[in-house]
Amino acid sequence: MYFGLSEEQKSLEENISRFLADNAPLETIKAVANGERDKAQEVHKGIIELGLSGLVIPEEYGGLELNMLFATVVAATLGSGTAPVPYAGAYVMAPLAINLGGDQNQKNQWLPKIAGGECVIGVGLSEYVGAREDAGIEFANGKLSGRSLFLIDGKDANAYLLANKSGELYMIDASSSGIEVIELTTVDKTRTSIELILKDVDAELLTGSKDQSVIEKVLDAGRLMLSADTVGAAQVMLDKSVAYSLERKQFGRLIGSFQAVKHMCAEMAADLEPCHSMIWHTAHCLDHVPEEARLMSCQTKAHVSEVGKQVSKTATEVHGGMGFTDELGLHYWFKRIGLNRQLLGSPELIREEAGKLQGFDQ
Amino acid sequence: MDLEYGPQYDDFRTEVINFIKENENTKLNGPPRSESRVAWQQKLIDNGYFARSIPKEYGGYGGDMDIIKLRIIAEEFAKSPIPKPAGGQGIQMLVPTLLSLGTEEQKQEYIKPTLRGEILWCQGYSEPNSGSDLASLQTKAELDGDEWVINGQKIWTSTAHLSQMCFILVRTEPDAPKHQGISYLLMPMDADGIDRRPIKQMTGDSDFNELFLTDVRIPAANIVGDRGEGWKVANATLGHERGSLADPNVTQNRLNSLIDLMKNETIDGQRVIDKPIFRDRLLSIQGRLMAQHSNALRILSSQINKDQDASLAKFIVKLQGTELRHELEGLAIDAMGELGTLYEDSPHLRDNGVWQMTYMYYLGLIIGGGTNQIQKNIISERALGMPKEPKIQGA
Repeated sequence: MYFGLSEEQKSLEENISRFLADNAPLETIKAVANGERDKAQEVHKGIIELGLSGLVIPEEYGGLELNMLFATVVAATLGSGTAPVPYAGAYVMAPLAINLGGDQNQKNQWLPKIAGGECVIGVGLSEYVGAREDAGIEFANGKLSGRSLFLIDGKDANAYLLANKSGELYMIDASSSGIEVIELTTVDKTRTSIELILKDVDAELLTGSKDQSVIEKVLDAGRLMLSADTVGAAQVMLDKSVAYSLERKQFGRLIGSFQAVKHMCAEMAADLEPCHSMIWHTAHCLDHVPEEARLMSCQTKAHVSEVGKQVSKTATEVHGGMGFTDELGLHYWFKRIGLNRQLLGSPELIREEAGKLQGFDQ
Repeated sequence: MDLEYGPQYDDFRTEVINFIKENENTKLNGPPRSESRVAWQQKLIDNGYFARSIPKEYGGYGGDMDIIKLRIIAEEFAKSPIPKPAGGQGIQMLVPTLLSLGTEEQKQEYIKPTLRGEILWCQGYSEPNSGSDLASLQTKAELDGDEWVINGQKIWTSTAHLSQMCFILVRTEPDAPKHQGISYLLMPMDADGIDRRPIKQMTGDSDFNELFLTDVRIPAANIVGDRGEGWKVANATLGHERGSLADPNVTQNRLNSLIDLMKNETIDGQRVIDKPIFRDRLLSIQGRLMAQHSNALRILSSQINKDQDASLAKFIVKLQGTELRHELEGLAIDAMGELGTLYEDSPHLRDNGVWQMTYMYYLGLIIGGGTNQIQKNIISERALGMPKEPKIQGA
């Protein structure tokens, strides 16, 4: 019995951390947030060179064929660096959907390109999880029409993966006619979000996705990735809080020697430490214990989002006025956690789902 | 990541299951220390299901320290109504202390009867003016010939009315700094000069006592460690108490009962679990418990794989576990509404009043065993490396 990360997983974590420290320091994050997208593209190239685009793709399609625990390590590390790159949608959910739901042609068409870093796929599942406004897509005669909101990793994508209300998954090529792309501005400027308006766009059903278990697995994986991103980001906010409290003096003392501040940090640590174990455990269930995977990923997304919200608030408070400034940049982690919380279902929405999974409504 | 215990443990699990089947109907009706209880405890030791890694010469089973086997025993016993091994502060705290720091004579004299349940122990630590600041304790012991003479007052002493012995912290070196002036003594509870008064709690029960000690004389040899080393001796085993207050597997059983309760109780004919806000609170608690369960697996893994560090994961167990349990019990009361306030032998009482009782009892555990505020000091200082509060002169 061994519960934890393997040496290989730890070294992956170290490699990505080192890459981000060297290539995406806070100045780069700020530049990207202020509109210098080319800087984000440089970082994106770098993570492709590290093999992250093909991490979960089978070897026969040019990927590394690693499991969800590896992907979780990656997502947490990208979250800790507020890395301005696509990941959860383009490199986990999309390849997983195609591998599980695609036919042989579809796999051949997309998976090698994703693994090779030649193809980014934006993922729009929000209408399946809970449609806002009048969003929703309809498929008829090989064409998709309608509106999809809050695509993950959709900006500058080569293709889009979209779900309809009943969970069927469709692929469309970004160069097809009839697509209007509207850029959305969220609080988190380290990642992008878009809206699509479709009028009779050529689309292809992922044939296996008529079986609802495909979208469920994609959703479980996506929620786990967002949870991991939050855990990574929240851990940095805690670490920064402790470090700041050991530098900043008031009343002739380090503020970290006041119990008010110590208890805030202890509460963050007490809430957050089990979340590391929880995301690893959920990854393990997705990989090996399918009967527990759905409930675990729902509850992990809900619980980690609550902890992330609390940690991001408390950490900002520990930094006092500095925490509120743009200069310190702590807000990038705050906003990253804030976006993760809402994507693929807010905690209340997901807990409702978790209740149904357990038959509480019967 | 590997959550399997491995096929080499399958035979062992079968062996445990068979033992449980054969003995499932054992009923222990006598009081503590009665013949049937001691015999049962001895049977568990003989089969290696209790005191497993404690050497034979001190009354244990003398087996290897295999964490997975201990886990399998705990898992299988938890599934069955079979009587569980006796616990208590003697077994949880005194035995490990004597094993690592006691003299050979002390080990020979006390460990075996403690394991067999023939000697029950209470803990004489807290004093009226020394709670969270335990090291400021003032009960003193002076050596008079070959005897310690103890004077002072202890409080929050659990099971003192049932105990034959007390492991007690006393000040023996009044001129030394406070942490270095304490000694750890073993005091027979039938010595002259011990006046015990029960403390009635908010629950209505009396689990605790005050001890008034006036010229209590015990043998000079009844000291564990050297004079002035008592603080170190006590701290060697405080960790044993904290982790045991908040086992997520026990909380899981309570959550299952809570789910049943919320399916059975109705408001205007509608099940409580069908009311969205109640259901959401239930699911929030379940999410927190799942996180604590994952945390417990990490701790278990670190005990098996010595290269794994889970120190922060361990430090937070008492804080997180007791708070969650208190909230869980509180949700059950809210789910019952006015019915949830019923107590003792009232008409309409649910589950013998156990929800209110446990709700209050866990508030006690949030305070006891090192208050949760003290836990936060420990987490911030020992795990996060933050400084202690500056000392006030003379304190």
